[in-house]
Amino acid sequence: MGRGGSHAAPAAASPPWHALPDEVWEHAFSFLPADSDRGAAAAACRSWLRAERRSRRRLVIANCYAASPQDAVDRFPSVRAVEVKGKPHFADFGLVPPGWGAAAAPWVAAAADGWPLLEELSFKRMYVTDDCLEMIAASFRNFQVLRLVSCEGFSTSGLAAIAAGCRNVRELDLQENEIEDCSIHWLSLFPESFTSLVTLNFSCLEGDVDITVLERLVTRCRNLKTLKLNNAIPLDKLASLLRKAPQIVELGTGRFSADYHLDLFSKLAAAFAGCKSLRRLSGAWDAVPEYLPAFYCVCEGLTSLNLSYATVRGPELVKFISRCKNLQLLWVMDLIEDHGLAAVASSCNKLQELRVFPSAPFDAAEQVSLTERGLVDVSASCPMLESVLYFCRRMTNEALITIAKNRPNFTCFRLCIIEPHTPDYITHQPLDAGFSAIVESCKGLRRLSVSGLLTDRVFRSIGAHADRLEMLSIAFAGNSDLGLHYILSGCKSLKKLEIRDCPFGDKPLLANAAKLETMRSLWMSSCSLTLGACRQLARKMPRLSVEVMNDPRRACPLDSLTDESHVETLYVYRTIAGPRSDTPACVQIV
Amino acid sequence: MEIDADNLSATELRLGLPGTSSSSDGVTRKPSPSVGAKRALDDTRSETSGTSPAAGADDDHDAAAAPATKAQVVGWPPVRAYRKNTFQAAAAAAKRKAEQQGGLYVKVSMDGAPYLRKVDLRMYKGYRELREALDALFTNSVSAAAAAEGGGDHQHALAYEDKDGDLMLVGDVPWDMFISSCKKLRIMKGSEAR
Repeated sequence: MGRGGSHAAPAAASPPWHALPDEVWEHAFSFLPADSDRGAAAAACRSWLRAERRSRRRLVIANCYAASPQDAVDRFPSVRAVEVKGKPHFADFGLVPPGWGAAAAPWVAAAADGWPLLEELSFKRMYVTDDCLEMIAASFRNFQVLRLVSCEGFSTSGLAAIAAGCRNVRELDLQENEIEDCSIHWLSLFPESFTSLVTLNFSCLEGDVDITVLERLVTRCRNLKTLKLNNAIPLDKLASLLRKAPQIVELGTGRFSADYHLDLFSKLAAAFAGCKSLRRLSGAWDAVPEYLPAFYCVCEGLTSLNLSYATVRGPELVKFISRCKNLQLLWVMDLIEDHGLAAVASSCNKLQELRVFPSAPFDAAEQVSLTERGLVDVSASCPMLESVLYFCRRMTNEALITIAKNRPNFTCFRLCIIEPHTPDYITHQPLDAGFSAIVESCKGLRRLSVSGLLTDRVFRSIGAHADRLEMLSIAFAGNSDLGLHYILSGCKSLKKLEIRDCPFGDKPLLANAAKLETMRSLWMSSCSLTLGACRQLARKMPRLSVEVMNDPRRACPLDSLTDESHVETLYVYRTIAGPRSDTPACVQIV
Repeated sequence: MEIDADNLSATELRLGLPGTSSSSDGVTRKPSPSVGAKRALDDTRSETSGTSPAAGADDDHDAAAAPATKAQVVGWPPVRAYRKNTFQAAAAAAKRKAEQQGGLYVKVSMDGAPYLRKVDLRMYKGYRELREALDALFTNSVSAAAAAEGGGDHQHALAYEDKDGDLMLVGDVPWDMFISSCKKLRIMKGSEAR
């Protein structure tokens, strides 16, 4: 298919495939695994464009401002599942002011109009209101999946609308959202006849939930596979819920109660013993270590364990994790310490993803014995390890070089050394050599976050070697414009670049302006940019939206600012929709 | 570890504006305010030109600027707000729990005694029990001190060091408040206590 290069306008001897009806192409395209492949096919010729766009069922809008909702609906009329992402990643850390934008409402409105058969809707880092949720409930007859990740702007009233209105909803997945509690018993609005729930995740909800209603819901939804509870569910209720849903595959436990009681322990242990299909476990564990053995019977089957909210520490924690021999994903707090990771390294050989979060990120006095040793051990003993997020307080080049040698199969490597500008603690050198080793060895690296003391040298390595790198995060690093230039002139596959507190200025930005159109977005805050450069960039590249923000608390008086004035935050992204009209006063589009 | 060095230099008394220091040997850096560590959003930031501050200078790393107080940088370390709140609450709860369950051992020093002792404050229900226990622990020292002084004032005052580091007389506050704030006990010679 498509072999043999281009043919001119179809003459009498036109090749046979021109006669194939669209349905055949649509069917062929359904085998293309990635959206980018479909996009490439659509660019080949008009008939393929027509076939591809009309048969596209899943759509991901990675930047809600890259295209307008109407563009999306017009281009892909048959979409059944759409995911829209809004605010830039650094919004997670408070660098984006409230009211910045990323409203879901225009998307919901356009979808209600243009995709009445929509089944799945997913929003990430967007502002979703109760009105949006009500519109969703009212507009899509066959709505099945609602996933909200890191969103805000809605309350339990909106959830009530979903529960009451979406007769066929299968998945209600709320991950780390800020949800206002209006004390509406939204759970009880699922009708008694409603049995289709497969996923219910309300772990981020702060308020109470009617346990009896929940139990009845769980009992009648026999296909429930994922259940993630919130803090309000006490431990003994967990046991009785599990008894009603022994088919559960993924469980989020909610908060444990403080004291250890033998009878509670036995109830839990018995309940877990009945959950033969449990594979993924998470939850906000304030668990006392004494409860951990209640989970022993499920350890063998666990493939995913998220203890990243658990302040459990000590030998019981390590014993517990060591029993989970089939673990593929482990998220844990640094309370596990080096010795714990060493145990993980020797027991959990199938580990693919490891994330270690800091228990006391703002308190340097609270020292926990988690160092580079833990990561070295895991990288040495877990051959399938490919994704790492690691917060620690010290690192050496030697450790990074060893890790790079051990694990050339990394696809995601994010190291966060908590104190900015921290050098190799033994040699006091910058960590250039270590990170260079990572990018040189891990040829498939798609995501990288660097930290510690770094000079421009590391960016030369990254620019030159990280050919598959799609997302790069840099903070408190580099020493001159060269650093940024190396990145923008190299890194062939770069899509997202986010930089903060680096001495990068105007020159590399302007010199590599064209690169920015090949990328999804660039974020630069607390660097050395001037407004003049931003204006130049905007003039040069009309298909980029150049947003500047100085003080999030004040309006940005662009017109009165000179070219020389410092720009605190720059957010640039490619778009076919032109400048957005919903910027708050503190953001200006240049 | 470099963090200790930072804390030491941060407490050093020196002349000069906060946020400046003589450039170190380049071992450890703090985020230079001019590079933009967002401690306080101030208007002077907008006057900074585009050039990298002191970039050309000597050891080519950012101007060593040790802020006098370790203020928090906005959005660093990159921990989600959602996770931050949960951590803080959990850490506080864990601390509370540990304090409730574990012993509360504090050092007890007695002026003139050769070595210190340790007592578990949770073992006692009130001040009287505590004094009796301390008497029992230190009987030998008391008699030795008394002998050395040649029969001087035998009265001993019991004092403690609280969370703020102040030396306080034991007995003024309710017992529960006392055990939650007491860090160290000190049995003082009668003459000093007056």
